[in-house]
This record gives sequence, structure tokens and C-alpha cells, in this order.
Amino acid sequence: MTTTTPSVPGRWQRFRDSYLWYSFKRDYTAQLCFAIFVCLVFAAFSAPLLAPTNPYDLAQIDILASELPPFWIDGADANYTLGTDAQGRDLLSVILYGTRVSLLIGFGAVALQALLGVTFGLMAGYLGGRVDAFLMRLADIQLSFSTLMVAIVVGAVVKASFGSSFYSSYAVLMLVLIIGLAEWPQYARTVRASVLAEKNKEYVDAARVMGLRSKRIMFRHVLPNTLSPIFVISTVQIANAIISEAALSFLGLGMPETHPSLGSLIKSGFDYIQSGSWWITLIPGAVLVVLVLSINLLGDWLRDVMNPRLYKG
Amino acid sequence: MTAPAEAMAAHPTPTQNEKSDDSLLQIRGLKKRFSLSGDFLEQLRFKGGKLVRHQEYVHAINGVDLDIKRGEALCVVGESGCGKSTVARMVMGLITPSEGEVRYAGERIDNLSSRQLLPYRKRMQMIFQNPYASLNPRMTIQQTLEEPLRLHHPDWHREKIDAKVEDVMQSVGIDPDWGKRFGHEFSGGQRQRIAIARALAVDPEFIVADEPISALDVSIQAQVLNLLMEAQQERNLTYLFITHDLAVVEHFGTRVAVMYLGTVCEIATTSTLFAKPRHPYTQALLSAIPRLEDDRPQHIRLSGEVPTPVNLPSGCVFHGRCPHANARCKQEIPVLQTQDDGTRVACHAVEEGRL
Repeated sequence: MTTTTPSVPGRWQRFRDSYLWYSFKRDYTAQLCFAIFVCLVFAAFSAPLLAPTNPYDLAQIDILASELPPFWIDGADANYTLGTDAQGRDLLSVILYGTRVSLLIGFGAVALQALLGVTFGLMAGYLGGRVDAFLMRLADIQLSFSTLMVAIVVGAVVKASFGSSFYSSYAVLMLVLIIGLAEWPQYARTVRASVLAEKNKEYVDAARVMGLRSKRIMFRHVLPNTLSPIFVISTVQIANAIISEAALSFLGLGMPETHPSLGSLIKSGFDYIQSGSWWITLIPGAVLVVLVLSINLLGDWLRDVMNPRLYKG
Repeated sequence: MTAPAEAMAAHPTPTQNEKSDDSLLQIRGLKKRFSLSGDFLEQLRFKGGKLVRHQEYVHAINGVDLDIKRGEALCVVGESGCGKSTVARMVMGLITPSEGEVRYAGERIDNLSSRQLLPYRKRMQMIFQNPYASLNPRMTIQQTLEEPLRLHHPDWHREKIDAKVEDVMQSVGIDPDWGKRFGHEFSGGQRQRIAIARALAVDPEFIVADEPISALDVSIQAQVLNLLMEAQQERNLTYLFITHDLAVVEHFGTRVAVMYLGTVCEIATTSTLFAKPRHPYTQALLSAIPRLEDDRPQHIRLSGEVPTPVNLPSGCVFHGRCPHANARCKQEIPVLQTQDDGTRVACHAVEEGRL
């Protein structure tokens, strides 16, 4: 269905003319947050190139160089810009790799949430009746378990049945599954609400009169018109998923120490915060706060732009 | 809006008999109830110490019989909430009837699955009231017009589809170069032309038009109406035209069906209906048309309001407001009866010669 011929206003030109771009050009907070977010994502995903050492490689770790302070404090080693953690790993490298893990889990979990939530929300809203009642009660039940509880139960079951080394090697996948399954109702409810508003519009009736199947009407006609709230909720959910992952890792239910995420880094440094090595906890903590804050502020801006009630163009 | 004489003459002369051979669409005993009571748990009530199931319905359509003949434009008129649009939607299969049947070219279509309905979708199409809502805002005009063609002609190749889209755009007076634009870039009249083009793209023989011009500016209404009439002449279309605008009916309709509270009270050819309305409701309706020459209008003032369709009145649904109602009207539901000039009226007073 895509027209290959260059369209009259062009996609890029349409974007340049859009209210989204106009508002982005004027909102310095959004620009700053976007810049920080892009930098963090870029740094995290090119960690193998940027990081001075590979924290996963045991041969590069020197236990004698543990708990070295960052460069601005006396006693720092010039090789370790941000100091080292309790195991002698270069903190900068660990943070880069850890941010990558956190982002991977955040995006993966949100992709899973979106897949489940959008499909179920579309079905519940468009088909209505018993499908709607069943899916929404399922969502209510899912929401009555907290993410933490699901993680504890799933973690315990998997560890008991396959052993904890299996759990550690598939920890990223397990966390994506846990956070994805625990939070899909957020998407389902949002999508359902917008589908209910859209499905009574005449273009849906026109598509039905045309003879299109329900599946095609749902995904081709209704879904593109519910994208704005999906975008907005996605930003919030990515921040939430990263926080959830950090919380789980902090409690020891998430990433193992050998493949740390930001959350497990904060946890591993927490034992040394009283003994003066505050940087092992506080620097990854600051990165986490900056990452989540920039995503949340971007989400706020996006919500303001896409909310037609606030639209003053 | 004046009725051009040549447009009126172009309509095939309506036949007087009600034989089913020449009717394209037959509606028999159509009824539709909408539940007001919610789901099962909400229906449970305590009454006299016992748990009973209490259900309430809106009786939107209460037994409608209509025949639409090939090549005619049957206008359905009536005030808001009388069930005109519900009839149109049931004909198109957007709502399933509670009772009764819809036959298209002799075949029953109201109980078919959406897959079985597919061949009929090509033959019958619909034009909607609000052109601002009936075009998908995320699709270009080209995509909107291509979609029915791709669905109904999966064997057509790209050039053939493009040619057909261009052809149908030209036939409704839209520049084919505008295909890459989106619906919101057009005015209401242009959008309604695009909606008409979408309906015409699959070359249907029957079109249901649900108040297609009432959302448009008055200056645009005539253009769109003329477009619909041109399409009828060129393609030999049959219309079921829902409207509340009597001037449009006079201009456009071959025959007129007047509806009140979910029932048809009178069906007549357009000229007969306007010259000699039989049913008291039709008389009141026609007397309400403002006329330039009237310096002393003789409106028939109906007392009261339209009764609620939740608790229908007994007998004739119009008896509470009818100046000619008697005891029989309060008990017995009148049925449509053919008069000597072919008009069908559902009224006891007309039947008894009191009117």
C-alpha cells in the first residue's frame, strides 16, 4: 500500500511542517532531554568501542585496584577515570555496559508490553462484548499482582527448576518477560479507551461496508488513529521499565553481579557506601536518574504536543 | 433549491404494482430493539422479595416493510430518532435486525456472515452523513480509493487499479493529482465527493445514502445532490436515500416513505405525496415546509411530543398526537394498505374514509 513515487509534500517535508517539529524547536527542555537521551543511548550501545576495559572479561580485572576513587579525588589512578568498584572493575566501563543492559531490558520489556497490550486492547475495544469483558478482567487480575511479586515468583520457580546458573545466563530475557508480562494492562487499557472512541466513527463503518475483515480494520484503520496515546504511554513505560529493572536488581532479583545493570551496580556499591567508597553507588545512581528523568520529561513534552485539548496551533 | 424538470423526467416512471419481480431490495417485518439494561448482572432486580430479571429496550424499528425497485431513488423521511438511519444500517448489515428479513435481488442477506456478504458488498455501497468522519485521517485519498478495489479485485494489477482510481476520481469531479493528499486537506464538499468516489469505485448497483448532504454547506448541497443524480443516470443506480430535508426529497426522490417512531406510515410517489398527502402525520409534516408565498401559514400544529420508544403507545404509534384518532386507533396497529392510486397508507381513518 505504500506509494513509491515521491509524494507531493514528502514525508520529511510533512514532518518539518508538523506541529511536533514546531513545538520541539521551541521547547529547550525537550531539546536538552532529547540530546541527553540520544547521547546516553549512543554511548551505551557503542560501549564495546567506547569503554576503556571490558568488565565481562575477568582477565582485565585487577582485584588489587579495587575501590579506587574517581579522578578528582586524591589517590585516583589515571587509568580509571571514574574509579573502580569493589571487584576492581573500571566504573566507567561498567556503567556504559550497565546502561546498555538497562536500556535493552527497558526497550525489550516495553516492546513486549506494547505487543500484548495493543493486541489485547484492540481486540477488547473493537470486538467488545465477552472478549472485552474477559480481556479486561484478565488485565485487572494482572494488575493486582505487583511487578515485584511476579518477579519473585517467576524467579523462584525458574531457579528451582533450572538452577540459578541458568537463570543468570538468561537474566535479560527473564527480566524482559517479567516486566513485559506484568505491565501490559497499562497499554491495553489506554488502547481500548481510544479504540472505543474511534470505532464509532464513520470511517470504520465505511471499512465494514467495504467488506474488510475485522483484523484488517483493527490494524489498518483503527490502530493508526490510536498511535498518539501509544507513543505517549511508551515513553512513560520505558522509564517505568528501567526503574522496575533497577528495583529488581537492587533487591537481587535481577541482573547478576557479573553482568551488572545500573540497578545491580547501585546494589553492589551499597555495601561500601559507609566505608567511604560512595562513588560505586552514587555515580551509577546519577546516571539512572538522568536517564529516567530525560525520558520522563520527553514523555511530558510529547503528551502536551499530542493532547488535542492542549493543542493551540 | 429548484427541481430541474429534466432531472425529474430522467427517473424511470414508477410502476403502481407492488410485485416483487422488479424490486431490488425487499424489507419484510423488520424490527430492531436495543437493550438498555446492560449485562446480565445489571438486569437483576429485587421485586417483592424475589430476584427477577428486568430488561428494557428501545424499540427503534417496529415492523418496517419496504420495496425498493431497480433504478429508483426511494427517499425515507422522518424526524430525528424515527429510525431512518437504523433501517439503512440494517440494510447494509452494519446492525443485525432483531426480527424480520432483508432480501437483495431475492436472496436473504440479513443472516449472512461477513464472508458470505462479500459478493453483496460489491453490489451495494453506502455513503455516510459526515464527510469529516467517514474518511480515515491517516490514509491518503489514493489509499482510501484503492482499498475497496484491492479487496474486491485481488487479480487486478497496479496499472489497472490506478486507472480505475483516476477514472472514479474524475467522475466525481476530483482532480486525480490530489490522490497523494490526506482527507483533512479538503473541504466538506470535496470530502463528500471522495466518499462518493469510494462507494462508486466497486461499481455498485445499489447505494444507501444516509443523509449525505445534511452535514454540508447549503451552497455545496446542490452540487453533491446533482453529482448523485448524474451518477444515477450514468450507472443506472438504485438509491435508498435517507434525509429529513423535504426540499431534497422533492428534487431527488422517485418515491417517498414517511417514517414515524420506527414505523412506515405512508409510501407514495413523490408527486402524489406532495400533491395529496393521506396520513395525518404526512399532512402535518408537509404543512411545516415554509413557503415564500405564505403570508398566513396554515401549519398543522401537532400537540405533545414524540412518545418514548422505550414504552411504545398501544395501537397506532401516532394516536396520541393525531387529531383524527378514535378508540380503534388506540388498540389496533394499522397496517399499510394500498389506495387506488398506488399510495400505501397505514391509517385507520384513511381506511374508514374518515379522512
